[in-house]
Amino acid sequence: MSSENIHTLVVPKILNGTVIDHIPAGRALDILKVLNITGGEGWRIAVLLNVESKKLGRKDIIKIERRKLTSAEVNVIALIAPTATINIIENFVVVEKFKVNVPEVIEGVIRCPNPTCISNKEREPVKSRFRTLSKDQLIFRCEYCSTIVTRDDILKLIIR
Amino acid sequence: MFYSLQIVALDLGIKMITSFKNRDVVSILDFTREELETLFEYADKFRKVEGKLNLLNGKVVSLAFFEPSTRTRLSFEVAAKRLGADVVSIIGEEASSIAKGENLADTIRMLDAYSNIIILRHRYEGAAKYAAEIAENPVINAGDGIQHHPTQAMIDLYTVKTLFGSIDGLVYVVLGDLRYGRAAMSFIYGLSLYKPKKLYVVAPQLLRIRNEVLQILKERGLPIEEKNDVREIISEADVLYVTRIQRERFPDPMEYEKVRGSYIVTLDLLEKGKSTLKVLHPLPKVDEIDHKVDTSRYAAYYLQARLGVPVRMSLLSLVSGVEI
Repeated sequence: MSSENIHTLVVPKILNGTVIDHIPAGRALDILKVLNITGGEGWRIAVLLNVESKKLGRKDIIKIERRKLTSAEVNVIALIAPTATINIIENFVVVEKFKVNVPEVIEGVIRCPNPTCISNKEREPVKSRFRTLSKDQLIFRCEYCSTIVTRDDILKLIIR
Repeated sequence: MFYSLQIVALDLGIKMITSFKNRDVVSILDFTREELETLFEYADKFRKVEGKLNLLNGKVVSLAFFEPSTRTRLSFEVAAKRLGADVVSIIGEEASSIAKGENLADTIRMLDAYSNIIILRHRYEGAAKYAAEIAENPVINAGDGIQHHPTQAMIDLYTVKTLFGSIDGLVYVVLGDLRYGRAAMSFIYGLSLYKPKKLYVVAPQLLRIRNEVLQILKERGLPIEEKNDVREIISEADVLYVTRIQRERFPDPMEYEKVRGSYIVTLDLLEKGKSTLKVLHPLPKVDEIDHKVDTSRYAAYYLQARLGVPVRMSLLSLVSGVEI
């Protein structure tokens, strides 16, 4: 039995929803957190960790039934999983497939590491906002205090 | 000779740059060299005017200073009053509803409702940008944490222009706290709009300019070079810009003690430089400049402080859309 068949047996195709594929191994749970998906929503969700991938060696996959991601959510995924591809499923068929894209401006997704940045001030109705300086190297600058955030900082700065 | 208001009003010749009108002033980097030149032409005019004008009659300028200030607040207040504006102030958090827990956003909304221009100093970086996003009226940054102090940079550049006739082609040495010093950094950002011959930066190891900032400045084409000792390059300098170590910004008082008193500008040092060398300092100074320098030909920092009024009068006029 091929590994493809095993996956099909374990995770059935979804009727309508989103499949996020080619996630770097070990990042799927972070993506769920970024998308604020807790499992309490009642949707069927499959999370595959460390499965075989021709492109990546190992990869993660997320299948979310009944949930279609907004373009803003898709862009946010790029910060954690720049290799990810998004498949939109309708009636078991992939109707749209695309790669994620790092947005020019990232709002309310990662907090600024500078404790005296206005975006970290208590009781202020302010969202963090970063401008992308390099999409390839994942380098971002806080729009308020100019602090630079790089790829390695992203995970610990995600606003839960 | 002093001009009366009428003469000033008739004495056209400065083309008003409409890009100033209703504009927020958050960072010196938001401005072009041409815009600064217009500002300086205005300042030249205002320096020749004595007494109170009525260019901003009927306008209210609010000063919201949540950090200590002497020169910036007073010179803004004098500038606004000399232009005929009324001034309302919040000085310190304890005197406002912020002490009761009100956030900055609501405070700004109130100032926006009561006044035509908001001048804000706050210890959080990005406070002015945030306020500008909330307020409909212009917000002028009078210092946001360790980040920007654009009007100080305007005054500093204008002082250089007044002293030397040009900002281009000079050798600058910036000595002091380049990690926490918003005035020094804003001055350096301001220089990046011009063509200095050379810019040396000298700071104690703990207070060196951040690499990412250095990178940005190099990318902007600024001929900047770090040095360890001001004595190495004092003979080349036209302008020595000195700053205080920003004790209040240190997260750890022990770190401050490590760098306290690590540099001092003396007459002996200055006499190794050009006879035309000028020392600038955004003030307040503590012990980084020997008092003997204060009355020497090198000291330009009291002139610099005085020029705060005409430069801020110019900015308030331009932001209000007033032509002179």
